[in-house]
Amino acid sequence: MSRFFKSSIGRKVAMALSAFFLMFFLLQHFAINILSVFSADTFNEVSHFMGTNPLIQFVLQPVLIFGVVFHFVMGFILELKNRSARNIAYVKNNGSANSSWMSRNMIWSGVAILAFIILHFIDFWFPEINTKFIEGDWSGMHGGELRYFHELQEKFVSPIRVGAYVLAFVFLALHLLHGFTSAFQSMGATAGRKKTLQNIGKAYSILIPLGFIIIALYHHFNHIH
Amino acid sequence: MDLTLKIWRQKNASDKGKMVDYKVTNISEHMSFLEMMDVLNEQLVNSGDEPVAFDHDCREGICGMCSMYINGEAHGPDRGVTTCQLHMRMFKDGDTITIEPFRAAAFPVIKDLVVDRSAFDRIQQAGGYISVNTSGNTQDANSIPISKHAADEAMDAATCIGCGACVASCKNSSAMLFVGAKVSQYALLPQGQVEATDRVQNMVAQMDLEGFGNCTNTGACEIECPKGISLENIARMNRELMKASF
Repeated sequence: MSRFFKSSIGRKVAMALSAFFLMFFLLQHFAINILSVFSADTFNEVSHFMGTNPLIQFVLQPVLIFGVVFHFVMGFILELKNRSARNIAYVKNNGSANSSWMSRNMIWSGVAILAFIILHFIDFWFPEINTKFIEGDWSGMHGGELRYFHELQEKFVSPIRVGAYVLAFVFLALHLLHGFTSAFQSMGATAGRKKTLQNIGKAYSILIPLGFIIIALYHHFNHIH
Repeated sequence: MDLTLKIWRQKNASDKGKMVDYKVTNISEHMSFLEMMDVLNEQLVNSGDEPVAFDHDCREGICGMCSMYINGEAHGPDRGVTTCQLHMRMFKDGDTITIEPFRAAAFPVIKDLVVDRSAFDRIQQAGGYISVNTSGNTQDANSIPISKHAADEAMDAATCIGCGACVASCKNSSAMLFVGAKVSQYALLPQGQVEATDRVQNMVAQMDLEGFGNCTNTGACEIECPKGISLENIARMNRELMKASF
């Protein structure tokens, strides 16, 4: 087994497994965030549950952090290895003749997503950790009501931040447009299922980031009024 | 047609190498790309210059010897052909054509456009075979029933001529289409089952040892492969390695 994960294919499989986990996480993150468009109370209640449930906080959250870090670190390791496999570049290379821009630039869409995650951590995760683990306030209350919806609204007031979020989700869509089917291919998905996977992949890659964009824009314009 | 050629010239493996411009005139559109190279070389020899070294053998798309990265694509802009099958009608009068060797750390340049593809031989030697006793007690080919579908897929994988266009086209210089095809042609047949576990493990280990990159599923290899080897062979190799490892 250790020989497998040291092999080139094993590393790609590990990359795909972490991708599946992150794509599942993204789906549940979206499912919770979209609640904020329909009901502030429901969003608050679900956020409070996610933010205080011990299983989620102390088991799933560390797994998620590991998953994110692993996907990025392994991505960079594979990129360096792949670059060293061609020590002299072509003078003329017509990459667009045989492959998509997305597939050739996963590292750059990945770096854009990494930059977004840093911003996202500064916006939400670090203050959350500070409130709960440093200040020890697990009540989730602020000014007599659950604070999560209000915090979300506050963040989306700034048009610059909303712009950065929208741009990041465009890069996420580009990353997923190749990554979704690529993960299945690395896992050895059969040709018979390829067309179905491509269609599901396209739908997931466009709809989820678009949904996040709509949420950000909704709160931005709603709050201004 | 009259053409300008930008060709990679490199005296030997240790030479730094550079692109050199040449002019060729009166090239017929019916010529193959290699015949056009022959015209250039004749011109160079007549003027006392060193001809451009390039690999070729059968000149009918079977042997896998001709290589060349032409205008940014392995075997040039046509699909499903090797360089010897590429016709000059794919180009226009006055065109500038860039000609480079296949680039990969595992395919070092020997001279000009000739690269050392013996890494492929070593991968084959690591497991691309079946061990059978052929000394007088060979079984009849039809004694083991094989489904038409499996036979067709195995045959499709076996059409790989090992030219290395997949490696040259891949942004990571990955050899996985080649190794995937070689693993698949045996994995699909009952005769290949006996050594299946060792085969895939040893061939992948040798592939990694040679310094080829990882597959990122861009699909460039499948598009540029002169034999149309499917990406499905890479997926099958991945499955075979997982099956062998767990």
